[in-house]
Amino acid sequence: MNNYHQFDVVVVGAGGAGLMAALYASKTASTAVLSKLYPTRSHTGTAQGGVGAALGNIEEDHPEWHTFDTVKGSDYLGDQDAIEFMCYEAVQAVYELEHYGLPFSRTADGRIAQRPFGGHTNNVTGKPVSRACYAADRTGHMILQTLYQQCLKNNVNFFDEYQVVDVLIENGAAAGVIAIELASGEMHVFHAKAVIFATGGHGRIWEITSNAYSFTGDGPAIVMRRGVPLEDMEFFQFHPTGIYRLGILITEGVRGEGGVLINDKGERFMEKYAPTVKDLASRDVVSRAMYLEMREGRGIGGKRYLYLDMRPETVNKYAALDGRKRPDGSPYVVTGEELLAKLPDIVDFARTYLGVDPVTQMMPVQPTAHYAMGGIPTNKYGEVVIDEKNTVMPGLYAAGECACVSVHGANRLGTNSLLDLIVFGKHAGLRAAEYSQGADFQKLPADPTEFARQQFEAIRNSDGDEKAYVIGNEMKSVMFDEVGVFRTEQGMNLALEKVRELRERLKRVRRPDPGKIFNTEVINIWELGNLLELAEVTTISALARTESRGGHAREDYPKRDDANWLKHTLAWWDHGQVRLGYKPVVITKYQPKERVY
Amino acid sequence: MQVKLKIFRYNPEVDKKPHYDKYEVEADPTDRVLDLLEYVKGNFDGTLSFRRSCAHGICGSDAMRINGRNRLACKMLVKELGTDKILVEPILGLPVIKDLIVDMEPFFANYRSVLPYLINDEPPPKKERLQSIEERERFDDTTKCILCACCTTSCPSYWANEQYVGPAAIVAAHRFIFDSRDRAGAERLRILNDQFGVYRCHTIFNCTEACPREIQVTKAIGEVKRAIATGKIE
Repeated sequence: MNNYHQFDVVVVGAGGAGLMAALYASKTASTAVLSKLYPTRSHTGTAQGGVGAALGNIEEDHPEWHTFDTVKGSDYLGDQDAIEFMCYEAVQAVYELEHYGLPFSRTADGRIAQRPFGGHTNNVTGKPVSRACYAADRTGHMILQTLYQQCLKNNVNFFDEYQVVDVLIENGAAAGVIAIELASGEMHVFHAKAVIFATGGHGRIWEITSNAYSFTGDGPAIVMRRGVPLEDMEFFQFHPTGIYRLGILITEGVRGEGGVLINDKGERFMEKYAPTVKDLASRDVVSRAMYLEMREGRGIGGKRYLYLDMRPETVNKYAALDGRKRPDGSPYVVTGEELLAKLPDIVDFARTYLGVDPVTQMMPVQPTAHYAMGGIPTNKYGEVVIDEKNTVMPGLYAAGECACVSVHGANRLGTNSLLDLIVFGKHAGLRAAEYSQGADFQKLPADPTEFARQQFEAIRNSDGDEKAYVIGNEMKSVMFDEVGVFRTEQGMNLALEKVRELRERLKRVRRPDPGKIFNTEVINIWELGNLLELAEVTTISALARTESRGGHAREDYPKRDDANWLKHTLAWWDHGQVRLGYKPVVITKYQPKERVY
Repeated sequence: MQVKLKIFRYNPEVDKKPHYDKYEVEADPTDRVLDLLEYVKGNFDGTLSFRRSCAHGICGSDAMRINGRNRLACKMLVKELGTDKILVEPILGLPVIKDLIVDMEPFFANYRSVLPYLINDEPPPKKERLQSIEERERFDDTTKCILCACCTTSCPSYWANEQYVGPAAIVAAHRFIFDSRDRAGAERLRILNDQFGVYRCHTIFNCTEACPREIQVTKAIGEVKRAIATGKIE
């Protein structure tokens, strides 16, 4: 067979998690990476502010503090064994990236530079701690480039611009994947002993989003159609500072360097909502505060945005009021040049997309859909677990944003996504390779492409008058309004009805491009189908959870309810219907208490 | 505002040769050219094909010739063009596959040829390798490269001879040659001293003008040339 390939390990996705997995798996197993983009186009590259690790290069810090901050940030929904594992592995993982050549910014004594980030604190004083290891404001770009470079050095097999559309599961174990080669339109069978999904997020469900066009939840949608549940899908993070209307991310590092949020009255309003860490509270807290400010008419000019102010005079004024000090004990004072050197891309984005120079002007920002806490359930080794008892599916792995370990629980801390990628990407790669050494290839079915072909033939033969472009916009709009920062039962029911209507309408989409070569229209329609199914799972999971926790804020149930809801949601896609189940949260050292910043 | 889009079209499954299609669309001055392409694809012609992902100038997918200049479609705002006529074509020097999509493989082959990864076989310390702020600053500019190919495909020397390794590959080499932690600078200089290496660069500055990351590409190439000439990496 021309389009038949065989590898011990197949990695789907070439962002940070996928490349890390490939790097480690390829040390002992034949490994292929399949990506719908060229690897360097992956969304990891857009991460800006830093990767969290308690190196203590600037001030005292400990992995234990990082662990507690992450548990607290997760609103106690994170699994504490996995969080502890991640935060202790973090230190070595960051050194390892440095050894791979990652050009971190440096301290005066030549060590990796670190900056404060939301929710990361000194556990004794409660004040922000410098834990985010950064390379200017392009840390994700440098991680992606460095890992891709190391994969080239180690001769990893890349299949660039191969869109994976199905996973093969035989005898209860992973058997491979089906992919479409975009350049030819041909379907390929990748027969594998182990499959690692590292496909990223699905933020394209929402209207205002920091996410790439490619973030269409392919991995979760693919495995869900094959009977794997998705975990905690109601938890999606809205980052406080997206560029107004466009949603492009302005890193939390801006606030780490001393920037503040300002309302229409010129007030630094975060003082009211988080008296200790203020603008560096965790993201769910800040986004909700922004919504409340805007709802009470204090958006700028009464509109749906606020200002992010990083002008040196503002930074210095509030740093003095806060008593912020440099590591040497001197008062924290910045110049425009320093900010430009530390945040060059932010300055560029503001100039390009807002026509604003952030060293002399304030930036209009609004919360933007940013990160999926939920996803494919795994344990801390990246093994996919498929039920309430955490039963492992042999040969199937997931890592990065598409996975839910869960280390982020109900709300992720900034810098913990890049950390998640490198730690769990690595372990998924190691485990998959180890598994493949002792496992046989599963026998493939007679027609392995059948299920994928059916899906694509339905799209190609569709002959209605609906536009996918319009359906997509309607989904984004209703999901942003009703399943966004704040939620109600009524609003979510409206969204659910709409999403179901849109799924039906997608079946009547107008006849797409009939060609084979780079048929992006057909692929985009398939991706939209993924988003709609995930939007439905998200909404149903959110409707069921009658409490507020982390990124899931119900106006009709404003309190966290540990008695009934300290548990993970599992959602199965059962012949087009969603079925819910639950599993306990792993609690080791830290009993849930109220979250105050 | 109303804008007149003229877009290069070529579908190898249908067309014997390329042609241009014209569309008039309502645009906001702050729209990105990418927004207009998405609008055309979504509403007028789903067969229009182009690459895109992050839509804010970081992933490097959507390098195109916009009104004759290499730009990322997601970083080019309508109001910055200074005209209501927008001509969109594929970048030059790489084979067109379909519409605005070109074959990137020759570009990445050149990238791979310069050993674009840190080479240092000394056992690493338990913690990070130390590097001073000044040493780190030495190659800062070239770490920004997103491999979009705007520079290489704006270079007349590359158009004249596609065996020329091109500005992007030299930028990638520069990033490692001047990294104090790397040990393979001499080897990369040897590679770039080849007849299709740095000396194909005639300092035309198209690359620098085209770079959406504002990398001083010509300067970086000059520094590599100087290192080859002097045998010193400074």
